[in-house]
Amino acid sequence: MPPLSALSPGIPARVARVHAEGALLHRMEALGLCSGNLLQVLRRAAFGGPLHLRIGATELLLRRVDAGCVELAVADPS
Amino acid sequence: MKCVALVGMPNTGKSTLFNRLTGAGARVGNWPGLTVELASARVPLGRHLARVVDLPGIHDLQGLTEDEGVVQEFLATQRVDLVAVVLNATQIERQLALAVQLRDAGFACALLLNMHDEARRWGVRIDAAALQRSLGMPVALLSAKYGQGWGEALLMLGRCLDTEPAAEPASEPAIGAAMEAAIEVAMEPAAGPVTAPATLPAAQALRQRHDGAPGARAALAAAVRLPAVLPRGWTQRLDAWVMHPWLGPPLFLAAMALVFNAVFTFGKPLQDFTGDVFDALRGAALQPLLAAAPDWLRGLLLDGLYGGLATVAAFLPVILLFFVCMSLIEESGYFARAAFLADSLMTRLGLDGRAFVMLLMGFGCNVPALMGTRIMRSRGLRLLSMLVIPFSLCSARLQVFLFMIAALFSPRQAPWVLLALYGASFATTFATALLLRPRRAAPEPFVLELPPYRLPTLRQVLLRASGEVGHFLRRATRFIVLGVLGVWALTHLPPDQPAAGPGTWAGWLGTYTQPLFAPLGIPPELVLALIFGFVAKEIVIGSLAVIYGLQGLALQQAIAAQVSPAAGLSFMLFTLIYTPCLSTVATLRSESRSNAFTLLSLGWSLGLAWVVSLAFYQGAKTLGWG
Repeated sequence: MPPLSALSPGIPARVARVHAEGALLHRMEALGLCSGNLLQVLRRAAFGGPLHLRIGATELLLRRVDAGCVELAVADPS
Repeated sequence: MKCVALVGMPNTGKSTLFNRLTGAGARVGNWPGLTVELASARVPLGRHLARVVDLPGIHDLQGLTEDEGVVQEFLATQRVDLVAVVLNATQIERQLALAVQLRDAGFACALLLNMHDEARRWGVRIDAAALQRSLGMPVALLSAKYGQGWGEALLMLGRCLDTEPAAEPASEPAIGAAMEAAIEVAMEPAAGPVTAPATLPAAQALRQRHDGAPGARAALAAAVRLPAVLPRGWTQRLDAWVMHPWLGPPLFLAAMALVFNAVFTFGKPLQDFTGDVFDALRGAALQPLLAAAPDWLRGLLLDGLYGGLATVAAFLPVILLFFVCMSLIEESGYFARAAFLADSLMTRLGLDGRAFVMLLMGFGCNVPALMGTRIMRSRGLRLLSMLVIPFSLCSARLQVFLFMIAALFSPRQAPWVLLALYGASFATTFATALLLRPRRAAPEPFVLELPPYRLPTLRQVLLRASGEVGHFLRRATRFIVLGVLGVWALTHLPPDQPAAGPGTWAGWLGTYTQPLFAPLGIPPELVLALIFGFVAKEIVIGSLAVIYGLQGLALQQAIAAQVSPAAGLSFMLFTLIYTPCLSTVATLRSESRSNAFTLLSLGWSLGLAWVVSLAFYQGAKTLGWG
């Protein structure tokens, strides 16, 4: 599956792996971007701006560059 | 005294909780052994008088940001009797790991699940008793904003403090057993004190990596029911418009225009009314009272001190109104949306969406906005943000502009002139960032939580606005008495000269600086106000009152008779762009820890102010608009 940066709005997907380290990894994990969690892109800002995501009850903004390091897996219907 | 530390993630309502806990009694100050300022207050909790400290919001106990460092240092070096973990109940699924981390690091913890009302609306069901058993720490469900569950939460915190720490660090199983005993105590009001575990040698425990995820998963499975699908609330419906890629930006501009127009439209009558009250007081009470005083003393007290102070004080209602609007926007959660809309533009300028939010905060006061850049880890990004924030049109400059615009423009033009000045504020910011941004920007992660829209309570807004007005007043009084007296001395000495005439010190100063300022259309009287405005913009109008020896409407008429609208705008542009105040300079220095950077910021803003004012005034003259 393509990385998070290429995920279309409205399609649920599961986080497979986050290819980041240090502060960014800590931050992403604390905001719910860790493997196994289900997420959805709500919208993308114009002109290559950030993504608006929802993971569980948390909504967050993530730049496309940083979203590029989130590897996704298909969300099983269960 | 027992010490209770509030620890929690950002956006969990921790500050609201702290404010409710402490009322207006909180004090911000340095903590012994720490370099940062923390808010703390003495609060009666059950049978104890405890010192409650509000620690910065953190995402991870072992996190690497500056705020997380502050929390780690505090917990490692200070004696903490109880860590009150504040979490957003709606997001318990994600946030519970932090409580588990703190527990595993050996701290005596109590869990405060805030925003429980919101969680219920979202369909999140939490079984507090089961959660207590699974986590091994007392749990309270509450809403700090509306007060539900507040009494129970206070009782729980008080009972947690009843337990005396043991002398020896407890081993792992002993912690579990002792905490269970503590929970029994917490749940049974009548029980006596029992022995609870001591904090492990905290510094050592904090260094270990504690993975909170497994513990959190177990507790969630035991005690929390999450909805399969979140209900589509009004946040989603509103965001569809507000964060729309094409509709969002115009809506943002419209909202800003509305706020600034409202401040002008509603603020002006308020300001006139306050001015009239001060005038009446002067005529009815002060003039007769000082009738017998010598001329120079009456001049100093009435035209100097009172005139200056009254002119500034007349703006307090406008400042209050402005901060009410600002805190409404800020507390509602709109700033994070603005960051979303602006990030792509800001990235091209070498900044990011958070810098845009700091610019908006700077509309209130530049000093907290500068301190807010601490969330940025890349030094280049942070310095660039700190370089542009002083161009944010702060409330002190707003006061100068309201006065000058009312003097020089018709009521119909006035709001648009003010809006144009806000535009100029953004334009200067963007131009500076474009010109001075580092050629190779360091990559800085930009991950920001987007809280749902929340209606702020009247209490929240008033608390915030009155706090800001208090800051404004303290800053103003600190400088303004000295400033106004200084201006009076300059305009009245040596004593044999007519006030503010060419023979006074002020006259000399004006004459010497005219070669620099005449091309900008700024007359000597206004130059003098600019010189004093270097200390703080709060002084500018007060010093004009002293320089012209007039107040209110009479002062505005005198300025209108001397200065053309183009020259007035040139003066306002200079005021907007040059150094905002000494407090900002001091903050720039302390936050950047660099004299060179502080000088660069000073030099750049002064130079830019001169060039922009020159270009504007000469351009306006050439177009026959002078």
